[in-house]
Amino acid sequence: MADTALILETRDVVKRFGGLTAVNKMTFAMEAGRIYSIIGPNGAGKTTFFNALSGLYKPEEGTISFEGRRIDGLVPEKVTALHMARTFQNIRLFGGMTVVENIMVGAYTRLRQSAVQTVLRTKAYKAEEARAEARAEELMRYVGLRGVGNELAGSLPYGGQRRVEIARALASEPRLLLLDEPTAGMNPAETEDATSLFRRLRDELGITILLIEHDMRVVMNISERISVMDYGEKIAEGEPKEIASNPKVIEAYLGRGAAAGGGAADIASGDAP
Amino acid sequence: MKAKTRGAAKSPVSRNLRSFGAALNKGKTPYILSMVLLVVGTVLVYFSPRSIPAFLLFAIAASLAYFLDMKKWVKLGLAVLIAVVIVPILGARNIFYLEVIFQISVFAALALGLNIVVGFSGLLNFGYMAFYAVGAYLWGFFGSQQPFLLHEIPGTAPPGTHFFMAADWFYLFIFLGVIVAAVVGLVMGLPVLRVRGDYLAIITLGCGEIIRQLANNLDKPLNLTNGPQGITPIQRPTLPNELLAFFNRLFEPLVGHKVTGSQFYDIMFYLIAVIVVVVVIVVTYRLEDSKIGRAWAAIREDELAAQAMGIPANKLKLGAFAVGASFAGAMGVLFAASRTFVSPESFTFLQSVGVLTMVILGGIGSISGVIIGAAVVTVLNLQVLQSFSLYLAQLRQSEAVIPIINFHWKDLSNQLDPSKYQRLVFGIILILMMIYRPAGIIPAARRKRELKASPEGPENDASDQAEPKGADRG
Repeated sequence: MADTALILETRDVVKRFGGLTAVNKMTFAMEAGRIYSIIGPNGAGKTTFFNALSGLYKPEEGTISFEGRRIDGLVPEKVTALHMARTFQNIRLFGGMTVVENIMVGAYTRLRQSAVQTVLRTKAYKAEEARAEARAEELMRYVGLRGVGNELAGSLPYGGQRRVEIARALASEPRLLLLDEPTAGMNPAETEDATSLFRRLRDELGITILLIEHDMRVVMNISERISVMDYGEKIAEGEPKEIASNPKVIEAYLGRGAAAGGGAADIASGDAP
Repeated sequence: MKAKTRGAAKSPVSRNLRSFGAALNKGKTPYILSMVLLVVGTVLVYFSPRSIPAFLLFAIAASLAYFLDMKKWVKLGLAVLIAVVIVPILGARNIFYLEVIFQISVFAALALGLNIVVGFSGLLNFGYMAFYAVGAYLWGFFGSQQPFLLHEIPGTAPPGTHFFMAADWFYLFIFLGVIVAAVVGLVMGLPVLRVRGDYLAIITLGCGEIIRQLANNLDKPLNLTNGPQGITPIQRPTLPNELLAFFNRLFEPLVGHKVTGSQFYDIMFYLIAVIVVVVVIVVTYRLEDSKIGRAWAAIREDELAAQAMGIPANKLKLGAFAVGASFAGAMGVLFAASRTFVSPESFTFLQSVGVLTMVILGGIGSISGVIIGAAVVTVLNLQVLQSFSLYLAQLRQSEAVIPIINFHWKDLSNQLDPSKYQRLVFGIILILMMIYRPAGIIPAARRKRELKASPEGPENDASDQAEPKGADRG
């Protein structure tokens, strides 16, 4: 069952909050080295699904496998240690820490020095810290930030904060990166920059990317495959073209009446929510 | 760059202060300034050992040396000179100063420990004195006759009772205090795994009270703590007589009289306290600027995000409790020995709040700030108001009259004794601080790193990645 090419596989994942079933029987599979997207109307359960993947929520039912290994029920730090990282929909940087420190926090699971070595300031400790700092700077430049390493992360403009968040996630050396609405609130130029950054992450660093995204231009432009969620369930999956013309999707987004009309063209051209 | 580290200050006053500070830090000025101040302060205290202003000037001179821009080894040398030579000599002339500095050191270590929990990790702890109590009672029990009195009715020890351990075990017990307090810290920290914020504050408050009540009531069925009367006498380590003789040979002419054994004990405890504080400072500083410190800060800022970034939040929160507690444990042992007496009275909720006040007043999360906070609060408590009271009492006895309003000082009511208003003054200071300087005397600042890609520096490798523009605009 565990196909080695599948980096992520979920089966019948269910997450309930009291009487509300936020994610219902979500079955999803993803090949390594691809860029996939999950779309869906507000409240469809996309972020809840992400939280279940990254260990912040424990699903009530179903299994989640990452690189062939069961990860459902693992605490978030263990999931991160297994090389899966994420960003948040509403940017959650450590605003009172500098940009470099934020990124170095992301490297926590990759730093090996013990508390005793920390207090004694051993040679190995110093070398590791220096490496972590250099790496943080490198990542900062990689995501397109310059000269802001010592700024407090909270003082950066919005687009900059998004970049720091991605750099912080990259510091944990992920093989799978979950991006929760990474271009929300960006202007078209920034969105374009961000999209090309995601491509580079995949092409240059070989990171598999799973996106939640509302901006249809981004989704249609970058995704190799799209899953659509509505009311906690996956209602469609396929290549961007198929999704754009899928009546179920159009209905979920625009309501029943629109499915008959020119809704498909709207979605494809990016005017949908 | 240096100016930036002092936090964002916008008022003209602080801007003036900063340019004043910059002027002080030019060329040789800091060296000359600190030397002059130090010599003046030392001479003043030397010749008028009872003058509070002289002592304050000396204290400010000593702390200013830390904040001026000087070479590291000069600062270190000055610190050692002050701590090991000047203060013991001055202190031998007026033991009260040693007592003040001893208390400042004790509270500085406590405040630094609490700062790890509250300042670094953002976990409110209202029961911090419990760890201090654990250290104090640890040596209080084993360093006294108490182990032989387990089945006695609480009271003073019958004559002829032996001490349980030799006095010099004290030194080992400083380390044991660290370990035992850390373990108690872990246990008391367990609630942090389930609750946070206000709830945690209440739970720690409860835990702190439990420890105090245990000390109060564990005189039965087994008389472990001697109840509310407390344990006394507690042994001090044996007096190093050769060292005392050496000190007298060296410094007697300067001190002006032979230092007695009990005075030398004060010098000794002062030195041990300073050593413990130095170790505490080094450990705190190194932890803060490490992956552990960064993880604590991340948990404080956003626990969920920290966990998602791979930080084992529970482990680190417990760690913060244990480390913070261990400092208090060491100081507790020292406290018990120096006072030769422990009782539950010393570990009340108000004391816990007092240490928290030092942390907040000094600058939550800031190492130097917290130490200054401990010093300010201790001096306020011990000295300033009391000496002011004394001064008023003298006036009251004199025939002095305030001219114009024709007020006779001797009519001044006893109710107006300032030392009675200690808490009031203290409260007013706190309120004013929170309004005008909420981040504390010396606000915490994140460390600035020497990064290669500085904003001013030339960008030779600007071509390697393509999109700097969007990032700059945001």
